[in-house]
Amino acid sequence: MKYGIQLVGVGGQGVLLASTVLGSAAVSEDMDAAMSEVHGMAQRGGSVQCTVRIGQDVLSPLLSQGEANVLLGFEPAETCRNLVYANKDTYVITNTVPVVPVTVSSGLEEYPAVDDIIKAVKSSGVAKLIALDAASMAKEAGNAIAANSVLIGAMSAVPGFPLSKEKMLSILLERVPAKAKDVNQKAFEMGYEAALKCLSPQ
Amino acid sequence: MEKLLADSGRILLLGNEAIARGLIEAGCGVAATYPGTPSSEIGGVLDDVADKVGMYFEYSVNEIVAMEVAAAAAVSGVRSFAFMKHVGLNVASDAFMTLSYVGVRAGMVILTADDPSIHSSQSEQDNRYYAKFGLVPMLEPTTPAECKDMIIEAFKLSEKLHSPVLVRTTTRVNHARGAVNLSRPKKMQKKGVFEKDPAHLVTVPANARRDRIDQLERIKKAQELSEISPLNYITGSGSDGIITSGVSYTYAAEYIENAEILKLGFSYPLPEEKVKKFLQRKSRVVVIEELEPVIEDEVRRIAQQNGIRTEIIGKRTGHLPRAYEYTPDTLKALSGILKIKEGAQPLSSEIKLPSRPPVLCAGCPHRSTFYATKKAVGKEGAIYCTDIGCYTLGVQPPMNCADITLCMGSSIGTAGGFSEATDQKAVAFIGDSTFFHGGIPGLINAGYNKHNNLVLIILDNRTTAMTGHQPNPGTGRDYGGIESPPLKIEPLVRACGIEFVKTVDPYDLVAIEQAVREALDFNGPAVIVSEHACPLLRKKEGKLEKKLYEVDREKCIGCKICLSKFSCPALSVDNGKPLIDRTSCIGCGGCAQVCPQNAIEVKQ
Repeated sequence: MKYGIQLVGVGGQGVLLASTVLGSAAVSEDMDAAMSEVHGMAQRGGSVQCTVRIGQDVLSPLLSQGEANVLLGFEPAETCRNLVYANKDTYVITNTVPVVPVTVSSGLEEYPAVDDIIKAVKSSGVAKLIALDAASMAKEAGNAIAANSVLIGAMSAVPGFPLSKEKMLSILLERVPAKAKDVNQKAFEMGYEAALKCLSPQ
Repeated sequence: MEKLLADSGRILLLGNEAIARGLIEAGCGVAATYPGTPSSEIGGVLDDVADKVGMYFEYSVNEIVAMEVAAAAAVSGVRSFAFMKHVGLNVASDAFMTLSYVGVRAGMVILTADDPSIHSSQSEQDNRYYAKFGLVPMLEPTTPAECKDMIIEAFKLSEKLHSPVLVRTTTRVNHARGAVNLSRPKKMQKKGVFEKDPAHLVTVPANARRDRIDQLERIKKAQELSEISPLNYITGSGSDGIITSGVSYTYAAEYIENAEILKLGFSYPLPEEKVKKFLQRKSRVVVIEELEPVIEDEVRRIAQQNGIRTEIIGKRTGHLPRAYEYTPDTLKALSGILKIKEGAQPLSSEIKLPSRPPVLCAGCPHRSTFYATKKAVGKEGAIYCTDIGCYTLGVQPPMNCADITLCMGSSIGTAGGFSEATDQKAVAFIGDSTFFHGGIPGLINAGYNKHNNLVLIILDNRTTAMTGHQPNPGTGRDYGGIESPPLKIEPLVRACGIEFVKTVDPYDLVAIEQAVREALDFNGPAVIVSEHACPLLRKKEGKLEKKLYEVDREKCIGCKICLSKFSCPALSVDNGKPLIDRTSCIGCGGCAQVCPQNAIEVKQ
């Protein structure tokens, strides 16, 4: 079994943390992990991509196009930008809260309406879409900063996901400050439940 | 970090962390670097743990000094390590080339971290050529686990040959993460004894001529060791043949079927016999390597010298690209030749999305300096000579404060050249760390040669920000149990022969603009030190005192000058008027000073 997750977002959103949680959970379950991260110049508010591949004998730190089992987007435009890693069976999880780039706020480019981005994602052929307002959910859990825990929770609910919900949560909580554990646990659970709801037949 | 220091276990490590662990297990006593992506995180581990494990570690002022510090350790019988990004080896190359002549007593390993695809650099030069150029044996790890193992192996090899050994990594190796098995570290030896040996170590021509012969002997012996090295092995099965190294091996191993792969871990000198035999067994061999056809050309030479008619496919045949890093998808170019695994159809979308380049952070003092400098320069304009650091991002609109960048320190040299070769004003920008690294000779040159149209602005943010906030001479040292005071920039500038020098806080836009005006009017090279600590660092240290600014929507006339001219990422547009994001704004007050209506005010 080889399982690929492409994590995408904007520098500072916690993409790196989420990918390390995945890798650490896999290694603690005695699986192999091959991952790639973005550091340096690319982290200054630019697009950020991390790849996580887990399972037996994974070597390549990058995925081929269309190979991801899960595409986890921390920002809607970034999710859309990276659809090339997904295929029609990929679970696409996206935060619906935009981070508007300076190219847009300074008037040089335009940011499409979020609804249009979600429509574009669907019409590209994504059949299993989990779109969440992770910021509002995190706020409800106690702090908007826990949005990444909402998304990590949502990912843990994906059918066939190779790591257990308990494992993901415990590794996540090891990596957040003591005083933020409750909020992050709640955010994780909310993301998990919301994803289950998204995926259940209506 | 405790996990990294354990005696055993299987843990998830970044390639760079695995390299640091390799140094600990190998008992490397001295390590030195100048930070540079993608090698920086090695230093991040070492400045934390070096004194705990009994190693001496330093951030040197630049790469050549790092190389010299490590070389002295190795000729004194102490295992040593110098590490840097690919272009760092250009800086260190003068020492590197001669070190290969004089050789070493204890193991010395030099790591070059190359950056195919130019993720965070100014070029994607292939430093495997340095191994050939300097006749220095080279190892190329593929995964984090191999990073650790090959560092240990490189020390052994260096000691067998009395030659420094180059370990060449790439971004996808340094910044890959994978499981690594830990072993018990060797005893650390930090101090040695230097025994005089001028006949080898002092490279006057008569000695260097003898050293040259020794060097050729060493590389010949290295070739024999490469031949029997377990780091060069054949794996997989099938009729097709592949020769590869580094991260490219992972793509070949996982995404190509029915192929036998000769994986080269000890890739310079090549195991010629092994390559020859591999070629003889195959009617066609594909060489898969990123960037330049280094292995491919060697393989072609071996085939030619041995009269082997095997077809060799690679870059020279136009099948594989030279530019940019490879991915599993790069191999699709070989679909008519090798059996490439078929994957699912990728999705795509037509919707137009805005670009998202990296930008200066909210509250970055460089933004204020650029804004004020442009105002002071006015319509007449200037040639903006910039340098290597966060401030290279000043190239983007609306700042457009970058007209040329070559390398560390080049801002001052090029500005001096423009000052003589044109009648335009030349304004150079350089960061504090880059100034210490490579700027000082340029500044001495400007004073000495009277480059009178030159204005240098030293962007002193009290850290080496881009690579992860490493200390530098200007910040003083406080790690590894060693403390030293900060080196002050202003007296240093004066000592370089510069008469006009002023230090200003760029958060005061009026003051910095006035200072730049005076510098531009001064008849002679002039220097402004624009000093304000990087807020990102202050935040990390828990010392950032945030102020909250807000837009008074009644006063605001919606001119959006704050957005179009200052373009801080904390600003966005809400119903035609700017809105300040509370989480990202740190309260530098720049936008408030830019606003013609005084509509942006401190709230808290």
